Amino acid sequence: MSDAAPILSTLNWRGIAGRALTALVGLGFLYLVWGLYLLGEPLFAVIAFAVGALGVSFFWSAKFYKLRFVYPGIAAVFLFILLPVFYTSAIGFTNFGARNLLSLERVQAYHLSLTETDAGSKRPFGLVIEGEAFRIYLPESGDKPALLTDAIAGTATTAEPHSGEAPETLPVKTAIQNRAMLSELTITTPDGDLTMAGLRDFAASRPAFTLGDNGALTATDGTVMVPDHDVGLYVNEAGETVAPGWRVGVGFDNFTKVLTAEGIRDPIFKVFIWTVVFAFSSMVLTFSFGLGLAVILEWRHMAFKNFYRVMLILPYAVPSFISILVFRGLFNQNFGEINLILSTLFGLSPDWFTSPVLAKVMLLIVNTWLGYPYMMLLAAGFLQAVPRDLYKAAALEGSGGLRNFFSITLPQILPPFVPLLIANFAFNFNNVVLILLLTRGGPDMPGTLVTVGSTDLLGSFTFRLAFQNSGQDFGMAGAISTLIFIVTGLIAYLNFKAMQNYANKKGSGHNG
Amino acid sequence: MVEDKKSLLWRKLLAHGFMIGFIVVIMFPFLMVLSISFREGNFSTGSLFPEHPTLEHWQLALGIPYERANGVIVEPPFPVMLWLWNSIKIGLIASAGILLLSTTSAYAFARMKFRGRGAMLDTLLIIQMFPAALTVIAIYAIFDALGQVVPFLAIDNHPALILTYLSAITLHIWTIKGYFESIDPAIDKAAQIDGATPWQAFRYIFLPISLPILAIIFVLAFIFLVNEYPVASVLLRQTDKMTLAVGARQYLYEQKYLWGDFAAAAILSGLPITVLFLASQKFLISGLSDGGVKG
Repeated sequence: MSDAAPILSTLNWRGIAGRALTALVGLGFLYLVWGLYLLGEPLFAVIAFAVGALGVSFFWSAKFYKLRFVYPGIAAVFLFILLPVFYTSAIGFTNFGARNLLSLERVQAYHLSLTETDAGSKRPFGLVIEGEAFRIYLPESGDKPALLTDAIAGTATTAEPHSGEAPETLPVKTAIQNRAMLSELTITTPDGDLTMAGLRDFAASRPAFTLGDNGALTATDGTVMVPDHDVGLYVNEAGETVAPGWRVGVGFDNFTKVLTAEGIRDPIFKVFIWTVVFAFSSMVLTFSFGLGLAVILEWRHMAFKNFYRVMLILPYAVPSFISILVFRGLFNQNFGEINLILSTLFGLSPDWFTSPVLAKVMLLIVNTWLGYPYMMLLAAGFLQAVPRDLYKAAALEGSGGLRNFFSITLPQILPPFVPLLIANFAFNFNNVVLILLLTRGGPDMPGTLVTVGSTDLLGSFTFRLAFQNSGQDFGMAGAISTLIFIVTGLIAYLNFKAMQNYANKKGSGHNG
Repeated sequence: MVEDKKSLLWRKLLAHGFMIGFIVVIMFPFLMVLSISFREGNFSTGSLFPEHPTLEHWQLALGIPYERANGVIVEPPFPVMLWLWNSIKIGLIASAGILLLSTTSAYAFARMKFRGRGAMLDTLLIIQMFPAALTVIAIYAIFDALGQVVPFLAIDNHPALILTYLSAITLHIWTIKGYFESIDPAIDKAAQIDGATPWQAFRYIFLPISLPILAIIFVLAFIFLVNEYPVASVLLRQTDKMTLAVGARQYLYEQKYLWGDFAAAAILSGLPITVLFLASQKFLISGLSDGGVKG
């Protein structure tokens, strides 16, 4: 980061160094833009250019001094949060997926790189040994003269016409033993390059397709494949599609599928309901446990408060990915410790991972275990702010503990808690990590078109749709992600309003 | 206030009884994992105190091959220490970056007037709720393209992940901004009169005053990043590049269930982070109540 414009000295070395650094960064960006453009990623190239150009101008001109402080951070947020959100939504309008992975240019390049052996150029060969090195002898065939190569070293060699007596060739067994070396080898002959075409022959290879008008590909046997830009695949004369395909826009197809297609709509609706139930139950459970424990800890007759507090915070202190995996092991149906204890004590052995209901119960247990300390910490803070006088007045009236809690404590701490509860709801709505590490969505719902687990949240379902099932469907995942973004955006806005509301009531301009 | 002594005693007993009971239930997983890490083999069940305690799992977690009594040598299944190192390295570098970006931004938002300031702040607050797990396709696509131009930023390279993590600044900007606003404006007025540029005021006045809150932000960012799973799991594919959060999952596959090895590795790798959290918990709590939710 460069310092301000020169103030004290006329020869400001730091200013010059700052300029030099800015120019260097600018050059770096130009290299990146050029590279991305050559790669066939014009969108990324334009974005890289914009980000780089803004950055360089802000750090170059003293006019934008203030923006230097915010720009790097805002750029990071834009590049790695906002851009991915929009990009993901945009993917929702395409057929991007395992089958339609590349760009049209790369699909064409793939087909054009395919080669086939030119049968007419085929000629037998024999290996000749000379000292330690091999040479290849190509005997006279048809009108082509006999050839002998130089000693082979590496993957290329040149063959010269050989006159006189044929050299002694080694048996085919030797060729089999040296197959790896031979298959890499290219022989340059007066008639062109030859590569291995079987254990006895070398032959010239030629491209399997040639590119024609409108991207049509003509095979060596004269048949033509034409690109179908509606599905993003080449179609041959028999009407079959040929993989790999490229990305094309499909409009609202993915959205229509999600919202109407049989075998997709119903499971997704179920997943949505469970997501809401899960997020809401998690919020209520963690809040109740956290608040209850905080109230007991606040009780003035309570001893060993600090000891209890540290013990109660422990689940929050341990990295969550470790605790979740620990629970995955403890709940294991066959050799998990939880079922071991349950079966010894009560003769029960619940199938935590195969029964949908029990799997959901397990998720809620684990999530409550993980989440109550956070609520407890927050509640402890807010409890401090409840005026003591209220309790004194209540005691004079002869009010008991429970009534105090419901008519004084709860009404006093709920308003500041609301934004945090909404944030907690939003967090659990998208609590993908818990699902991915604990149940991986399972057990799967029967009879669905796409793999849907009965404990899947919308987020984990989408994540698995994109990354874990065999047919990676990025387009569909993008469409569902877009719907989740809209819901999350609504919750976030609600939360934002709740925060503003509370801040206004408190009369301070700051949140929470 | 008059309290009935006998009823008070009962209520105290009840409260302590509840607390102890609750803590026993909460501690159960920790005790079990500790016990499992000393048991023989990966499937054995048994009492809380293993009959034949063994250091096999611990030795493997530390990356040392273990020789069983019958002469069989067991190789460590995964490079746990390397994963821990990857996590710590990525966490430290990215947290430092986050701290740099969020303090400078927070300073501008707290002390400078420029167009779009309010809108940017509100947007940041809303943006922070978007789940990173769902944008991983796009993040993958971005680094797939970047990596072909600049190999340094390719998939499976730690700089790619670190760069992505730099975007986790939205909440921290708000927290630090709140702290900066509580600093008396007279101080920067005085600095301005003495000829200090805003950058100098930031560097030599604001940063030193704010060290405590910056430490909190650093620890919070570090813990969040060490726990981060979805983005890391997509950007890091090779075993020796993985972070702990991505790698640890490999222990518990249906086909290959290494319960004992996992227990030792979990304690060994979880302990530093737990200790760090407990050591700083008093300071962290104030940072948490500003609206952060741990991932």
